[in-house]
Amino acid sequence: MATPVFRFDPVELPPEALKMRVEVREFIKEHEHLMGFSKADFNRDFSRAMGRRGWIGMTWPKRYGGQERTAFERFVLIEEMLAAGAPLSAHYTGDRQSGPNILRFGTEEQKMFFCPKIAAGELSFCIGMSEPNSGSDVAGTRTRAVKIDGGYRINGSKLWTSNAHRADYCILFCKMAGDGKEETDRHAGATQFLLDLKTPGVEIRPVLNLLGEHHFNEIFLTDVFVPDNRLLGKEGNGWNQLTSELSFERSAPDRFLVLFQMLREMVRMAGPTPDKGTAAALGKLIAQLATLRGMSLSIAGMLQDGYDPNNESAVVKDLGTRYEQDIPVVARQLFPTEPELEAIDTYVSMIARSTMNAPRFSIQGGTREILRGIIARGLGLR
Amino acid sequence: MAMRDETRMLLESMNRLFEDKSTKHVIDRAETGAFADDLWRAVAETGVPLAALPESAGGADAEWSDLFAVLRVAGRFSAPIPLAETMLAGWVGASAGLELSDGPMTVGPVRGGDRLSIERDGNGWVLSGKASRLPYAGIATKTILIADGPDGEMAVALDRPGGADIAPGKNIANEPRDTLSFTRVRLDADAVGPLGQGVSRGALYRRGALARATMMSGALERAMDLAVGYARERVQFGRPISKFQAVQQNLAVLAGQTAAAVAAANIGIQALGKVDAERELFLIGVAKTRVGEAATLACEIAHQVHGAIGFTKEYALQLSTRRLWSWREEFGSDPEWAARVGSYACANGADGLWEMLTAAS
Repeated sequence: MATPVFRFDPVELPPEALKMRVEVREFIKEHEHLMGFSKADFNRDFSRAMGRRGWIGMTWPKRYGGQERTAFERFVLIEEMLAAGAPLSAHYTGDRQSGPNILRFGTEEQKMFFCPKIAAGELSFCIGMSEPNSGSDVAGTRTRAVKIDGGYRINGSKLWTSNAHRADYCILFCKMAGDGKEETDRHAGATQFLLDLKTPGVEIRPVLNLLGEHHFNEIFLTDVFVPDNRLLGKEGNGWNQLTSELSFERSAPDRFLVLFQMLREMVRMAGPTPDKGTAAALGKLIAQLATLRGMSLSIAGMLQDGYDPNNESAVVKDLGTRYEQDIPVVARQLFPTEPELEAIDTYVSMIARSTMNAPRFSIQGGTREILRGIIARGLGLR
Repeated sequence: MAMRDETRMLLESMNRLFEDKSTKHVIDRAETGAFADDLWRAVAETGVPLAALPESAGGADAEWSDLFAVLRVAGRFSAPIPLAETMLAGWVGASAGLELSDGPMTVGPVRGGDRLSIERDGNGWVLSGKASRLPYAGIATKTILIADGPDGEMAVALDRPGGADIAPGKNIANEPRDTLSFTRVRLDADAVGPLGQGVSRGALYRRGALARATMMSGALERAMDLAVGYARERVQFGRPISKFQAVQQNLAVLAGQTAAAVAAANIGIQALGKVDAERELFLIGVAKTRVGEAATLACEIAHQVHGAIGFTKEYALQLSTRRLWSWREEFGSDPEWAARVGSYACANGADGLWEMLTAAS
């Protein structure tokens, strides 16, 4: 076979992961009042409670606050939490990508300073990547850092930064202002910093989304000073670091479990003995979900074995967002209703929320087109 | 999880065998109605067709997961032989202690609505009813059928068409699909036996559906391979069409659907022999539903990327796509299986949905 076939080896969960599932379900039951489709997703108390259980950064080395548990246990934890609609936002970015990024590229001091705090649910991260003129084209960043005595002076702005108004730190992607090469060579000078969002010169302004909610922000950086010890990795290595970070971001099961509770409501509305057409429409979605879950589990297996699932993650995210965008479409065909956000009826408010949220699924974390470009590269086409 | 060494070696050698023997020339010839004897003999010599049987019955106690993996390879090379049917005929027949053949066999019924019944007649039995569109029934050296007997389902072994009226037919890949009708056809006592543990008409239908889903996942790999290869070679507007973003995006979707099909088939394969019949129905339903969906989308893209050449008899793409269009309807179409999956989920209830999805295999 000439074409590289993406590998999704079948995986069976080991016993420790099954034990994990029981523990997580008990924990969810104890915190039931915080779970749900429309509940606040940023809850530091909940994150601290998870931290106390050792469930943030659980695969990390113990030395840095982790538990050295397997990727399979983490997979089960995350899928259970997502399916229940648990409020993970305060720690999830740190757990999923900032922490692993620091562990991979950070100094010993950075690992010791940040990772245990992330693992305790005490430190919340956001992602300083997109800019007004640099969305999918991340390498087009215009934010610039200049080396000065004892650190760096940074100027520029970031946009679409989720939870920046509630987070403590941001991993900031920018370029070193230098010999001018960074203006022509797309990846030259790319650098990441660990930015304390309380630093003078950092200004955070809300950008309301189409639901009227304050989720993302614009960050303005005016002569912001970052000390030498908060450079992440190496000057000029930012592009490699970012690629690795995005692979972490895309490999999680959160790309197809956001609307699980809506699917569950659809099954409830169908009742125990639906007609054949309704059963087939739901069965098609369930078959898609079961397959996505199998593929995601294979990715956990790859992570456990030390492989980089960059292409496979892009495949799962592309298929996962398609599936999630189909849910409200199928719902309105099976169970028509006028959408109403504040409706008392759970299903009616869910269809309102999911219809309005659906466009973002195939934009955040890499647009559909970018992901398909990654897959095409994996096929050797570019 | 690493593949077992024996599995890897088996798949590599079967891949070589099919690559050598299941050529376009051989398939074209088989499609005119001449059975691919050489290919069949080469596959039979490996022992794969009956490998799942216990050693006492002439098999090798092989893992079904390995045999299904071989079916994926057979699907990849459009192998014009009843390999899945022979495996399943052996499984049903051996469980009932019936005499088997080492030649190509077929098995049925393959359609949900067909009814076959047997009743006692002196020392023997008589068989009545219809088995529609049995694969390769015209050339099979044994036909193993499941019929309703006085005390439940029984297995029946017939030599050749065995007294049936045979109406030859074929699917759109020109694979034989022959309808057998029986009007009080007399059978010897030793041609009928009680089904073994776990073998039933329902179980045969499920395994048949999974066999088709698995073969389809292989055929999809082939269609993708051809499309990617063609896009790299075909030059238009001064460059290979693989350099156009519109083509790249289509091929990326094709690759995603193919990967999903392989993963979905594996979900069914992992379930075999490990879960009860209802859950097996659900998990194999996931496989047939998802693979069928993938086939529909992927065939469209594979042809679009190929342009006119892919629409010719000369070019090999149609060997895969005509099989995909046939197999997606056999042993239950994807909408039919989707309705089973949905009904199972709804009967289970909304609050049991998550546990249903996450239960260990």
